[in-house]
Amino acid sequence: MVSFLLWLLLSLVFFSLLGMLSGWVDRKITARIQWRVGPPWWQNFADLTKLTAKEVVVPVTAGPFFFLAPVMGVAAVAVTGAVVLSALSGTGGETDVIVIIYLLVIPSLALILAGSSSGNPLASVGIARELKLVLGYELPFILALLVPVVKTGTTRLSTIFHLLQGPAVLSFSTIVALLVALFALLGKLGWVPFDVSEAETEIASGLLIEYSGWLLALFKLMKWMLLATGITFLVFYFLGGLAGPLTAVVKYIVLLVVMVLIKNTNPRLRIDQAMKFFWGWLTAFSLTAILLAFLGW
Amino acid sequence: MDNKKKKVVVPIGPYHPLLEEPEYFALFCDGEVVVDVEWQAGYNHRGIEKLCETKSWDQITFLVERVCGICSTSHPFAYVNAVEDLAKVEIPERARYIRSIVGELERIHSHLLWVGLAGHFLGYNTVFMWAWKYREPVLDIFELITGNRQSYAMMKIGGVRRDVLDEDIPVVERVLDELKPKLEMLTQAVLDDPVLSARLKGVGVLTAQDIKDYGAVGPTARASGVAIDVRRDSPCAAYGLVNWQVITCQEGDVFAKAVVRLLECFESVKIIQQCLEKLKKNRGPIAVEVREIPPGEGIGHYEAPRGEVFHYVRSDGTNRPVRHKIRAPSFVNIPTFRASCLGQTISDVAIILAGVDPCYCCTERMLTVYDAQSGRKMMTGTDLVRLSQEKTEKIKQKMGKNG
Repeated sequence: MVSFLLWLLLSLVFFSLLGMLSGWVDRKITARIQWRVGPPWWQNFADLTKLTAKEVVVPVTAGPFFFLAPVMGVAAVAVTGAVVLSALSGTGGETDVIVIIYLLVIPSLALILAGSSSGNPLASVGIARELKLVLGYELPFILALLVPVVKTGTTRLSTIFHLLQGPAVLSFSTIVALLVALFALLGKLGWVPFDVSEAETEIASGLLIEYSGWLLALFKLMKWMLLATGITFLVFYFLGGLAGPLTAVVKYIVLLVVMVLIKNTNPRLRIDQAMKFFWGWLTAFSLTAILLAFLGW
Repeated sequence: MDNKKKKVVVPIGPYHPLLEEPEYFALFCDGEVVVDVEWQAGYNHRGIEKLCETKSWDQITFLVERVCGICSTSHPFAYVNAVEDLAKVEIPERARYIRSIVGELERIHSHLLWVGLAGHFLGYNTVFMWAWKYREPVLDIFELITGNRQSYAMMKIGGVRRDVLDEDIPVVERVLDELKPKLEMLTQAVLDDPVLSARLKGVGVLTAQDIKDYGAVGPTARASGVAIDVRRDSPCAAYGLVNWQVITCQEGDVFAKAVVRLLECFESVKIIQQCLEKLKKNRGPIAVEVREIPPGEGIGHYEAPRGEVFHYVRSDGTNRPVRHKIRAPSFVNIPTFRASCLGQTISDVAIILAGVDPCYCCTERMLTVYDAQSGRKMMTGTDLVRLSQEKTEKIKQKMGKNG
């Protein structure tokens, strides 16, 4: 228990820092694609500091979850990170991949909770969209996570991390599953083309419309941590990141850049189109990947 | 109204990231589906028509330029047409070419601005930044030939105020040559993007009948297959002297509107290039002197980037008009949301509302209410002043009671 608390603390610090730096990579690449200069590397740290110093405006309609939801979100991502880190070190004991599936839903639920307790009509549209989106991307995400399970015959995280290495990584089924999971992660992060629940030009930030000050800062931090944790998880779960620290970093950056490129070369999908994409194409792809994994591809 | 009360109201405005001007659309939603829309304007009213009656004929050219920041030459264009119609003035040929050049440059920059904004509204910020990047050289040309990036002050009753210098012509030609491949790239990128097609095709369809019913004009009408264009139908300036085509599409959806606007940019480049060629050969005055404006009335119109802009002036022989009436294209284009928005989702409504390229500051006007049966004016200026004073009085009393 004590050791897990240490992992949790480490995860909180590590993934916050990594997340903010990854967020900067996102902003910098986005800026260069759009012929802008882009911010310096410490911009996200400055933004976070500034937000914590700003006034928190609480709407009269807000319930207690207005304050709890952002804390919940950050905590869930930190726990996810701790689980991944401890499994990597081999001291994670019996932690299962199913725990990860559960934990990674909590940030979205925290957002929904936050939106619903703010009592804003635009937030209510955001809630409806986020709920549908969660239903949408969870199905292909879970199916994609099954591929390494099929390949290794276990759901134990540390075993999968250690078994899936070397040539086994480059199998066709894991690559397909990774791509599916990458799109699901885009959905979890609320990045274009799946930023329907925040869609600033439609519903003016939707879920987060009433948030300000350190509460908003917590949600920003949650998104950055989710970005870092999500990609780290994918690198070790699908790409055999334990092969070496340098290749793991390269893989991390490649996945991040791919996500940023997808984000910058697409308009926002309508929620029904996003659902069709997740339940149609991606589900079909992940089912195929599972089938291929059974066949040993 | 009872039906409306049950629905969630999703407000777009009075200040909203979707639109850069203040106006208010109340979307009555049933889930994601918009069942009714209410539009309120009036946040931006500046009383320009009334102000025109206090300015001299030459001053008004600069005043109407401030009606709209984007089509800032279309209003003076239509206005000088109206005054020249009233005073029966023929402008020199060189002035015609210069007017058309300025008008078409404005069309290119306005259309590129819209493409960028449409991208932004769809969350496609890369298109936003790229389109605005490509728009930048056009503004540089404006600075070169008129001295200003916006509000060029080129129009003048009887001609234009500044000549296009011979040494500037090659620069303009070079910039246009460089612009063309960029425009082609942008057009291809928009036309070929499968996700953009999914978002825009079949969305917010206006049929040719809708266009006629609402009297919509400009690219909004041309995207529905209604080939109306003031430049062709009632040629002013140099539009009768150069070769170009009216671009139309049949589908009437937002995608068609984007296509029409992008293709019109190429036509504008064509017009400008021809006008520049003519300018090289045609030496002559750029304006005729207009000393007196006789009593009478005049109308002038011009195809602004958003559609036909119409100006009417009446003179009593003095140095200022007794009436100046402006009708901007958005005034007829915006109400088409009734035909195109109802039954669509919120996401689509956002882009449909932006699809007509609305300009709210052009559209603002004062309304007077008439009784339908008796035809009696229900609200006069004095009534409004009285109402406002009564309300102030009420607020004062309330504040006195509470604090």
